[in-house]
This record gives sequence, structure tokens and C-alpha cells, in this order.
Amino acid sequence: MTKEEIGTSVSKFISKTFLFDETKKVGENVSLLGTGVIDSTGVLELISFLESTFSVKFADNELVGDNFDSIDKIQNFMHEKLSRRNN
Amino acid sequence: MCGIAGRINLSTNLEPPSIELLQKMVGAIRHRGPDEYGYYRDAHAGLVHARLSIIDLTTGQQPLSSEDETLWIVFNGEIFNYIELRNELKAYGHRFRTQSDTEVVVHAYEQWGDDCFRRFNGQWALALWDSQQKKLTLCRDRVGVRPLFVCERDNSVWFASEIKAIFADSSILRKISPQGLDQVFTYWGTVAPTSIFTGIEEIQPGAVRIYEFGRKRVDKIYWQPSFPNISEKDNLKPNKVNLHEAVEVLSDKLMNATKLRMLRSDVPVGSYLSGGLDSSLVAWMGRRAKEGEFRTFSIRFADAEFDETEYQRKMASTLDSKHEEITVTGKDIAGIFPDVVYHTERPILRTAPAPLFLLSKLVRDSGFKAVLTGEGADEMLAGYDIFREAKIRRFMANDPGSKIRPKLFDRLYPYLARSPQQTKGMAIEFWKRGLDLVNSPSFSHDPRWNTTSSLKKFFSDEVQQQLKSRPGHDILSDLPQGFSLWDPLARAQYLEIITLFSGYLISSQGDRMLMANSVEGRFPFLDADVMEYCNNLPPEYKLIGLNEKHVLKLAAKGKVPEEILKRKKQPYRAPDAISFVSEDAPEYVGEMFSERLLHTGGLFNPKTARLLYEKCREVVRTGKTVLSNNDNMGIVGILSAQLLFFKYIYDISNTKSGDIVFTTKIDRISNTL
Repeated sequence: MTKEEIGTSVSKFISKTFLFDETKKVGENVSLLGTGVIDSTGVLELISFLESTFSVKFADNELVGDNFDSIDKIQNFMHEKLSRRNN
Repeated sequence: MCGIAGRINLSTNLEPPSIELLQKMVGAIRHRGPDEYGYYRDAHAGLVHARLSIIDLTTGQQPLSSEDETLWIVFNGEIFNYIELRNELKAYGHRFRTQSDTEVVVHAYEQWGDDCFRRFNGQWALALWDSQQKKLTLCRDRVGVRPLFVCERDNSVWFASEIKAIFADSSILRKISPQGLDQVFTYWGTVAPTSIFTGIEEIQPGAVRIYEFGRKRVDKIYWQPSFPNISEKDNLKPNKVNLHEAVEVLSDKLMNATKLRMLRSDVPVGSYLSGGLDSSLVAWMGRRAKEGEFRTFSIRFADAEFDETEYQRKMASTLDSKHEEITVTGKDIAGIFPDVVYHTERPILRTAPAPLFLLSKLVRDSGFKAVLTGEGADEMLAGYDIFREAKIRRFMANDPGSKIRPKLFDRLYPYLARSPQQTKGMAIEFWKRGLDLVNSPSFSHDPRWNTTSSLKKFFSDEVQQQLKSRPGHDILSDLPQGFSLWDPLARAQYLEIITLFSGYLISSQGDRMLMANSVEGRFPFLDADVMEYCNNLPPEYKLIGLNEKHVLKLAAKGKVPEEILKRKKQPYRAPDAISFVSEDAPEYVGEMFSERLLHTGGLFNPKTARLLYEKCREVVRTGKTVLSNNDNMGIVGILSAQLLFFKYIYDISNTKSGDIVFTTKIDRISNTL
């Protein structure tokens, strides 16, 4: 799966789940927690989505803002994680 | 709203039911309908009806028949869409003699047979006797708002709104069923068709049961909670309905449901106010549905831990309603509890029904016969903690060793964040149990059911032996087709609806407490159209993150004050065991927990049950610690089961035949003999 494909599906999920509107988009570099798109319990929703959609599990040390706070960050982190798994 | 009962013979060589029996049966449930009594009798059947007049005050007497007088009905409840159905049936050529919804049921049955029930939007329990076909049809509404029990023996069938009317026939066996007891101490209530008495069955919600001369009985399910299938990929598909549209449609449907319940009544309808979102919104809608004075009723608690007065009054003032309150203490609860159990007819693990018994009395004393309540919203739109707990536990199951994931419980239960590390660790360990069973159908409910089941250690050896040879019915063995394809939230909702909701909330805490004082509850969230719509909404509209009833909160914006919208959900609870183990508890409690009466009841181990009672008394007396959740449930559960035994089995003089005078008498015995 390419980085762009990952980004697109994450972006779609965020629009649908947190904006309740598939036509609206969140900027790729926008802080999801900082702008209130996702609240602290919404992280549960996001992580569960990533774990089930990409069949991965996150360890505690991966569950940090640096990895999940924007679509860009998620895209990079997920791409790296999936590449590592595939290699 | 009413009470119904009867006895039918399924072969020709049996004596018809006597008038005296019919009097006794209706006498036992006279609280459900104190306005009028009526009976129908032929060579094989006797039907009785106790009436609480709410619709068609002048001509709605029952039993009522088809035009040719072959089909007879006794009916308890309301069909809210009866006017629409009546018009439809008129177009088919049906002619009506009364203005009542009951007559619509008869004609609908003639027109559509058993299929008529799925067309009804309402709350009902009914019996239809086809005197030509010799066929009895029993039916209950979708979620079991109205009760209906049945007993079969020696080719006869007894049925009634409440079991006490069946027990009015002294020939019926009275025995607590170990399987029923097992269910109460698992699911918090019995799950139909199991009841708490051996040989008595409860008709399932959403089901029809048919008895016919010379044929095997037939059970048909015409409705059950059903949810859309999901696949992992659905995460990325656009939702069929967007949230803003869902908010509007839900508001409209709820308003329509509330209007039907306010306007389709020939007596005024008031509203309960709990201080929470659901009843506040329903009351707001009720207020707008009808011109004129609006009445609201609330329970206050002397104990601040349970009290919600501030929010109730806030809402009452928003509505400008004439508001009445009753203040309830632990002592009141203990005092009234034996009567409460007489009406619930099953053991209960919480005292929460007791204040509602007192509240319906306040309503009745104020001259009201019908009230709206917010019941059902938490089940249909995922308001309960159990749904949020399950979501966190599912999240934890992906990495059971995680130290971070359980921190979400701090959000759910803020007291945990403030708790000492050790207590917190224990709580987390508790929720971690069974994480490997994430694919089990009961994953959401396992913690509750396992915790509650631990109380079975108090069962007597005899009960435990009986359960070994014949275990209680496991509801997981008859889940609907496709259950495993539903979203995990939907699965949890289904289990909640069929266990706690139908088996406890809407019965022990609902119909029984209302009808004990002849008051009819009306529940807009249980409207057929509203339930169907809610069940088909995307799960994230109900529970997003840990934010419950999301779509409903949006629908209530601008209607319900912000303070109520924003407050943390407070589950409705009342002082539990403390009412029974404090110094000033009534004498009967000590008697029920005496080894002698525990032994007579035969349900619990006299020694261990007594020890629990003494331990709790000690805890309260010294005030060093607080009663644990399990000890609370143990005390209330054992006490209520003991009371049930002594009220219904030990002391059979309880059945009041009374001075019933029938005003509607249809007797066909002289014609048929």
C-alpha cells in the first residue's frame, strides 16, 4: 500500500467519523488533538480503526502524539510500520 | 391500560372455568384496572378484563368481539396507530361499533391474521379467543412493555398479565424455579420464556403464541431487535445518512412518537422528569404536543449521592410545568420493599424500583392515569456505561499488556484517576479479565454477568444440585441469525435489550411499579418507528469515542438546558442494601435473614446468607468501610427472593378474590350446554 493510499483512507475515516461529513477534509498537517477534531477519547476510535483496517497492533511506546496527531504523521508512521512488517 | 386473564380448555371433556375462578383471577390484578371488570365465558373458555379507562371512556368495555361474535378479545395496552389502522380497515369493508383501539385489533386480526401484529405501533399484551376454531392467540409488544404469563397443564391453559392471577387458581403448583433464580442472579432478571416460577412461562416480547384444539402449540417471533451487518471495509464507506440529517429525522420521529402518546388518550398525560437528558427531551416534546397545563413528576432523594433535584427543577422551570416531587429516604425504601416485590413478582438486585412505586402513587394521587417517560433511550442510543466499558475492553484486547490503553477508564470513571494506585490496579485487573474472549458474543456483558453470577455461591445445596442436573437457559444459544455480523456495539445493545431491559427495567422498574398504582407509562423511545430508525443508525452516531448518545444530544440542543446536556450521565440509582442493614431497618429484614426462615425458603444457604447479612450490618455500624457492589446486590437479591417465597408460596392466603362485581357479562354457557 502506498503512502498516498494510506493517507487517503485515514483522511476519509477522519472526515466520516469525527466531522460526520465525508465531503469535508482536514488539512494534512493540522493537529487533530490541538484543534479538537479528535478528543482524548476519540483517539480510541482512531487507533481501533488503524489496527483493524491495516491488521496491525501498536505497542505502548508507539501510542504517542508524534505518530498520530495529524494525517501526515499517521501516514508516515503507518507507512513505515507496514513496510517494516512487509520486509 | 388494564389487566387481562383467563383459562382455556384444549379438549372438550373439561369443565368450563367457573365464575368464581374468573372473579378471583381478575381480583388478583385489580390494581391494573380498577375502573370496570368484565368477563366472557363459553363451554371451553373464560376471559376476564380489569379496565383502566384511558381511550374511549364510554364504549371501550371488554371483553369485546368481532361483528359475528365468534372472536373475543381481552387486551391490555395501547395501539397508538389505531386511527390509521381503523381507516385502512374501513376501506376493506370493516364496520366499527366503538371508538376503541381494542376493536381495531379484532378487525386487524380478522383481516391479516397473525401478520397484523407487526403493523401495530404500541405497547400491548392480548388474548384472542376464536370460539369457532377453538384457538387462543396470545401476543406481546416488541420489547415487552406489557407483561403476559401462561401456564399449561392437563390440557388447559391459564394466562394473565401477572402471575398472581394464575396463582388465584389454587390448583396451580407454586414453586420457585431454580432456572429462573439462576437467570436473575446472572442477567438481573428472568429472560422470557423463563419465569421465576416452575411451570409458568412468560410470553416472549415480539412473539405470538397459539394454542388450538388438537394441535401442538406454536410460537412465532414477529419482531426482534435487528441491526445492519458490517464489514471491516464499511469503515471507509460513506454513511448512508449524514449526521445532520440523522439529527433532524430522529427529532421528527421522536416528536411524532411523543405526539401520538400525548394526543391519543382521553385523559390528560403528564411526564416524569429524572433530571437526565432522555426524560427532559421527552417532556419538552410532550409540552409542545398539546396546549394547556403540563404536569411533571420527580423523585428526590434525601441522600445527596442519588439526588438530581437541581436538574429536575431546572427542566420543570424551562417547561413552565406544574411540577410535583416526592422525597425518598432509605427508610421509605425498606418500608415499601415487601409491596414492591409483591408487584415485581421476581427477585431484584437493586432497590431502584421502590422509589418509582412511590412516584406512581404521587401521580395517581394527583389525579393522573398516564405519564411519559424517557425509558429506552439508553438502550436504543447506547447511553450506558456497559457500552463504553466494552469499547475500552475491546481496545485493550488488541494489546492486553498495554499500560496506556486502560487509562481510558480514568475518563469513564473519574474517581479512578483519584484512587490510590492499588485500587486502580485492582479495577484494571478486573476489566482485563476475559480479554482473550474478544470474539465471544457476550464479550460486552461478561464482566457484569460474571460478577453477578458470583452471588450464586449463596444458593442452597438443593438449588445448586437442581441447577447441575438442569442448568438455566443460556440465552447465547438462541441469538438471532446474523448476530455475529453486527457491529460490536449493536451486539451489546441486543443483549442489553433482551436481558436487563425487558427482564428488569421495563418490567420490574417500569410496568409493575406504574400499574401497582394504576398508572400507565408511555415511552416515546420505544415507538416502533423510533426503535427501527435508531437500530439502523451508524454506531458512531450513538457512541463516538466515549461520548454516549451523540445524535440525541445534538437533537436536544436548544430544547434542553445546557446544564442537563453537558452533565455527566448519572445512572438512576437508589440507596440499596444500606436501607436494610442499618440500625433502624424494619424488623422483617432480620426475620427474612434468620437461619430459620432462610431454611424454610430453601433457596439460599442459611449459614452463608446470614453471614453476609451480619457482615453488612457490621460494615454499616462501624462505618469503617463501605458496602461493596456485590454485597449490595447480595442483600437485595436474597431479601427479595425470600419475600417472594413467603408472599407467593408460603402464604397462599395472599390471593385476594375480593368483591369483584362484573359490569360486562357475556356468558354463553346456557347456550352451549
